[in-house]
Amino acid sequence: MTLREETAAPPLPVGVPSASPPAGVPAARARAARRGPAQGRGPRPSLAQVLGWTVAVLVPLVVLGMFFAWPVVATVTRGFVADGALDLSGFGDVFARPRTWRVIRQTLLQASVATVVAVGLGVPGAYVLHRCRFPGRDLVRALVTVPFVLPTVVVGVAFRSLLVEGGPLGFLGWDGSLAGIVAALVFFNYAVVVRTVGGTWAQLDERPAQAARSLGASPGRVLRTVTLPALAPAIASAASLVFLFCATSFGTVLVLGGLRHGTVETEIWIQTVQLLDLRAAAVLSVVQLVLVASVLLVAGRLRARRERALPLGTRRASERVLRLRRVPGTPRGEGRGGDVAAVVVTALTVVALAVPLVNLVVRSLRVGEGWGLAHYRALARRADGMPVSVLDATVTSVRAALDATVLALVVGVLVALVLSRRPRAAVGRRAVSVLDAVVMLPLGVSAVTVGLGFLLALHRPFGLDLDLRTSPLLVPVAQAVVAVPLVVRTVLPVLRSVDPRLPQVAATLGAGPGRVLRTVDGALAARAGGLAVGFALAASLGEFGATSFVARADAPTLPVMVYRLIGRPGAESYGQALAASVLLAVLTAVVIAACERLRAPGTVSDW
Amino acid sequence: MSETASAGPGAARGLEVRDLVVRYAATGPAAVDGVSLAVADGVLALLGPSGCGKSSLLRAVAGLEPVAGGDVRWDGASVVEVPVHRRGFGLLFQDGQLFPHRDVGGNVAYGLEGPGDARPSRATRRARVAELLELVGLAGFADRSVATLSGGERQRVALARALAPRPRLLLLDEPLSALDQGLRERLAEDLRAALAATGTAAVLVTHDQDEAAAVADRVAVMSAGRLLQVGTPTELWRSPAGPEVAAFLGFEAVVPRAVLGAGDAATVALAPGALVVASSGAGTTDGRVVRVRARRGRTEVLVSVQGLGVVTAAAPVGWTGSVGSSVPLVVDPDRVVPVGARSATG
Repeated sequence: MTLREETAAPPLPVGVPSASPPAGVPAARARAARRGPAQGRGPRPSLAQVLGWTVAVLVPLVVLGMFFAWPVVATVTRGFVADGALDLSGFGDVFARPRTWRVIRQTLLQASVATVVAVGLGVPGAYVLHRCRFPGRDLVRALVTVPFVLPTVVVGVAFRSLLVEGGPLGFLGWDGSLAGIVAALVFFNYAVVVRTVGGTWAQLDERPAQAARSLGASPGRVLRTVTLPALAPAIASAASLVFLFCATSFGTVLVLGGLRHGTVETEIWIQTVQLLDLRAAAVLSVVQLVLVASVLLVAGRLRARRERALPLGTRRASERVLRLRRVPGTPRGEGRGGDVAAVVVTALTVVALAVPLVNLVVRSLRVGEGWGLAHYRALARRADGMPVSVLDATVTSVRAALDATVLALVVGVLVALVLSRRPRAAVGRRAVSVLDAVVMLPLGVSAVTVGLGFLLALHRPFGLDLDLRTSPLLVPVAQAVVAVPLVVRTVLPVLRSVDPRLPQVAATLGAGPGRVLRTVDGALAARAGGLAVGFALAASLGEFGATSFVARADAPTLPVMVYRLIGRPGAESYGQALAASVLLAVLTAVVIAACERLRAPGTVSDW
Repeated sequence: MSETASAGPGAARGLEVRDLVVRYAATGPAAVDGVSLAVADGVLALLGPSGCGKSSLLRAVAGLEPVAGGDVRWDGASVVEVPVHRRGFGLLFQDGQLFPHRDVGGNVAYGLEGPGDARPSRATRRARVAELLELVGLAGFADRSVATLSGGERQRVALARALAPRPRLLLLDEPLSALDQGLRERLAEDLRAALAATGTAAVLVTHDQDEAAAVADRVAVMSAGRLLQVGTPTELWRSPAGPEVAAFLGFEAVVPRAVLGAGDAATVALAPGALVVASSGAGTTDGRVVRVRARRGRTEVLVSVQGLGVVTAAAPVGWTGSVGSSVPLVVDPDRVVPVGARSATG
């Protein structure tokens, strides 16, 4: 056993039940260390330490309990309980409607088709953009990422303006069709596949493939028998994520599909807001919860497998320069045909990604028969039948997003800190892993369920004569609940990757627990902080699912405003909806770009 | 730390480890199984094969592992309940563990930036950083990013960082193992010089006997969680305490002296080259040549000897012989040492 193993064995990265022990630790020793309440004497934690960690655990639990768990429980209760007794007739009633089965079928079909297409296009994209080197690669990578950070409403509006009768692609007849929705979902999720698969591919050790070649395998056979099997966990993990995002997609589907191609998500909204059937909405929320929980379970398994399968080659070494023609002196038959195919597919995809964005901007400048900024100027004026101007809604959005970001950061960073601890006692480790599962739940539960839960739970909360539903604080709180998992997932990997010996060294240099936390863990986590702020801010700015339930009618946020405008007849409203979408897209893009610049190299995020 | 009331009449100065036990699991064998040793000044090397518990012992002294039994004392007072950061024991890992978010100067200064009255002024800190970088041969490196350093430079920075707060004891956990041979030998010398220049007592964990001999004043040999022998390098190689210690120190065979042809039944250990191919015809014993090889320009012969097994014999310059032939051998008495006749330890 080498020194590294000896020192790494005791502080296992516990709290991740699925995580495998660090490479090289003998299994028995690892098991012992994990099980071992190694009884013994040693320095005891001080009162301040105990108090500090207690607060760090309690604050997130209270916030998420009040604004996430309780609303969700209220929703589920509404579906199962009537007049204080268990009553499943609501389920019978809802499931007897053919409409219910239609939306469930529609949800699964849309998500499946979009996932297959996104993976089919994304895997070649991952190869070209992450395994190969060519001039302008970083620019293309950034361009590909743009759709994913766009608010869902903007994606819906962009595709609608593209596919609508009279639009550039109106001749396809995809407006309001399944094909249109699938195209939008693929547009949105392509980057997820490229980044998840590409991250693994970039680090893939090339030597097994070279060994296979020397054993007589053709490039095609190497791809089939060595490379793709090595990537399979990453591909499966990406596919499950995409499926999750598609199945819970709300804004895009609502704008594009309208009532005809509803999914479970849009149906919950329609039942609540238009048909006022809260019971049916609650039953559908339970359906959605089950669906999402199953996908999350699969995703979690696949993610764990991917992490186990990883430790691969070094980053730079595996990349190769993209060459489409044979260079003299290199052998023939090196699989350049495959490279050409991947490049063609990726180039076409990148162009296809750009079309809706360019079209959105162009269309927003179209005024009547001419061109101009009239629609943008109109953003400052209150249109007839609208409570406020788009500009006012933008101010509301930015304010709410800032509040939401602060709340999400406080909760998310505390959670990440607690989850990155490696307590010695078995009880502590178990507590950490439970907390880990609890705070990841909001990521899976759809925003619409959170929004509906708010409506159901915050009317007369705890029997108090209060109606929190009209509180202006509700919007930022709902947005923060949706943003917390993003913050945790950005900051936690950085904290977990801190070598356990680094804080130990700091302690032997005389730094107390507080100073270690501040100068080692804190200083390193701050590198991911900028990105966490960006994600939280962008997610809050574009949040539509939960906000559409809780935003007050007289103070809509920008995405809500866009949705209202696109739903109104008339060229004026339509033009304004496009201009407002561009405004929202630019806001989001600026936030993400600014925060991406703050990111320290080496902190790669994974959705 | 001054002596406290708990310091008994037998209280030793410096570090004292008494019957220390470290366990990773409630059941199963202990990683450290009742080890006692003391370090007042100079460098003690903990030498042993991988997994023998030497790193666990070091980590328990640092306060990074709970103590399942026994005691760790400094100047007679137990430090088991003292938090790591108040023990004043510096620690140097194999791979340095530099803070990636601080430059070289920031790393070295870390231990000088603690809160309270003891915190030196900015100018003092800067002077101390410069002084230590000078000591480890990296003068002028303060503003460099740690990412630009080579492996040897990283270890030098880690050493400077550990020495900066003037630890009362420095714990070195295989500090040179990650480096290549030539660098290791050079750094071992520099390490010894730095420890001597600062007058720092140290415990060095290593599995490399040459490193132990080069840096340490005394060597403690560990195996399976237990201490087998403590002594100066000379004592150790002149009189290993048992067959296990002898084998770990590189002796090739442990046999009764009678096997070598003459002498009593006392057990002896043979270092490589204890047998020499006789240049004239007569030898005290015979061996069959298994292999002939050159090592650093000298000829070595692997010979199979009755009662000894295969051992390395030295050959005179210009000797040639063929595999399978029988050669006469004489004993080089300087390379045969008694085993188990314990000399003074501790």
